[in-house]
Amino acid sequence: MSETAKSAPTGASAASPSSNPSRSWTLRVRQAIDSHLPMDHLLPDRQPYYIGSWVYVFGVVTIAALVWVIVSGVVLSFFGPQWWHDSSVGRFFNSLHFWSVQLFFIFMVLHLWGQYFMAGWRQGRAATWMIGVVIFGISILTAFTGYLSQQNFASQFVALNAKDAMNGAGIGAFFNVLNFGQMYGLHVMLLPIGVTFLVVAHIVMVRARGVVKPIDAEGSARP
Amino acid sequence: MDSPATYLHSGFILISWPNLLVIIGMLVLFAVALVVPFPHGGDHDDVGNS
Amino acid sequence: MKSMGQTQEDYYRGVRMVPYDLVKELTIALAGVGVLAILFAAFLSSPDVHPVTIATWSQSDPVDFVTTATGELAGTTTSAGYGQPYNSTPDAAQTWGPIAPQVWLGVRIPVDSANAFVIEPLKHASVGDATLGTALTQWQGAASTQQGTWLDNYTKALADATTADGKVSVASGDYGPLPAMMSTLLGVAQTGGLDGLLVITGRFYQTDYTQPLLFMGDGGYLDSLATNEHLTGDLWGMMNETGLYPGQTWLWLYTMWYQVPPFTSDTGFLGLNAGNADLGIIVLMTVLTFLLALVPFIPILRDIPRWLPIHRLIWRSYYSKKTSAPART
Repeated sequence: MSETAKSAPTGASAASPSSNPSRSWTLRVRQAIDSHLPMDHLLPDRQPYYIGSWVYVFGVVTIAALVWVIVSGVVLSFFGPQWWHDSSVGRFFNSLHFWSVQLFFIFMVLHLWGQYFMAGWRQGRAATWMIGVVIFGISILTAFTGYLSQQNFASQFVALNAKDAMNGAGIGAFFNVLNFGQMYGLHVMLLPIGVTFLVVAHIVMVRARGVVKPIDAEGSARP
Repeated sequence: MDSPATYLHSGFILISWPNLLVIIGMLVLFAVALVVPFPHGGDHDDVGNS
Repeated sequence: MKSMGQTQEDYYRGVRMVPYDLVKELTIALAGVGVLAILFAAFLSSPDVHPVTIATWSQSDPVDFVTTATGELAGTTTSAGYGQPYNSTPDAAQTWGPIAPQVWLGVRIPVDSANAFVIEPLKHASVGDATLGTALTQWQGAASTQQGTWLDNYTKALADATTADGKVSVASGDYGPLPAMMSTLLGVAQTGGLDGLLVITGRFYQTDYTQPLLFMGDGGYLDSLATNEHLTGDLWGMMNETGLYPGQTWLWLYTMWYQVPPFTSDTGFLGLNAGNADLGIIVLMTVLTFLLALVPFIPILRDIPRWLPIHRLIWRSYYSKKTSAPART
């Protein structure tokens, strides 16, 4: 790799890190990032020709849906829980949030199907797949707390029904689905932060490793 | 949109028409994505990654 | 930290690269999804059925309300005999052999149904109401066997109760102070006072609806509304939404288990049955989710994509080049 020594930092080090390991943590972090995810891998303008299929589009459309979920959710949280019942603009944003969530799950599952049938975990990409499954699980939890936060009839019944599952598994003792304040706080802050962080990690991993190659023509057992 | 949905009942399966439409729609969309050709923006024969 | 596998330079060596604009793609996706979401929102709106209040419950079905309140005193309602985390009713919690997380986590959300939903509200209502005060004193001074007799008689009589002007009447019998207590409680409920008392629970600010929800859940009214909308567990409820809206289709596998043996039968299989279905299904779904995450490592599951020709459709340009121009790598 010949991309080191782009600039001359003050002080020692940096010309050839392998021969002179730097004592600067900052420099070492920067070099680690540069070696695993340089800018032209994070934002490449070229892709391998084999990604010429519409199935590849489901991932980015899922991200787009998530952006709309978050934007509409931010507007809803800004005006507070009564707004989406009492005002027609509020009701519209409630609807926007509802349908973006539907689109998010639809495209996420299509993306999962695509990645499964492409065995997208091959050649060192198992972690990317596993993070994807975790995103799926946390998204379900986020949607669940969202349904509980609506403050309508569905929230009441979902809460009463779901409490039995939570209580049966013991977690109902500290995850009280009948407690609106708790569910709302989880829904608007903690869980979206989790989903966003994991989605960013997932995308970074795809960009760092590149798009997995086709299952080779012989279909050999190489993972 | 607030009138109750009709449900399809077959054996132990009980599904609302809206839900069934979503699932069928997803299957159709996946099949379409598999089959429809993806546009290629020119055929630059760049080999490898310099 | 060496990343698993090669660097991207090595990985793509020899692979034909084509121009591809990721940022433009994301922008188009944002616009496309936005248009779809806005159109759906504008033309179809979203589900928002008004919540049920104790007031509407007690006005719409006073007999069900009074029957439920009587059941709270008798300890026969769902919440009264629930077990953890609300109370420590023996043998109420779901267990699977030695696995009993419901018991292990303990009574963390204590709810004393009889006092919380009936006695305490009536004490509030008895301020300035001497008749009610006397009825309450009579009730609380009676021996539990006497209370039991009154409750049995009154519960049986309620099966044939009639309503007039929102008031409940039963045939005459030995019910002690129960009719007076229940009639007052019904009155408080119908004016909305019970909604307030059960939510506020002595505080000012409140966001916890545990008490009023548990109380309403003990009755039949909320449940009958939910059944009409197919929201109950035995009707795949977890997947469904009110009205004509799509529900949570992604929960199909979770809710499916509630519809099939052993989770529908009383005898069950391997200790799993209708009685501990919630615990059993959560364990099952946790295991299945782990398996999904570990697909890359599970033989057969990770090989199915190779056996099915779907990938040959996705990568048909790659495979056609391989057959027409050998040894391209």
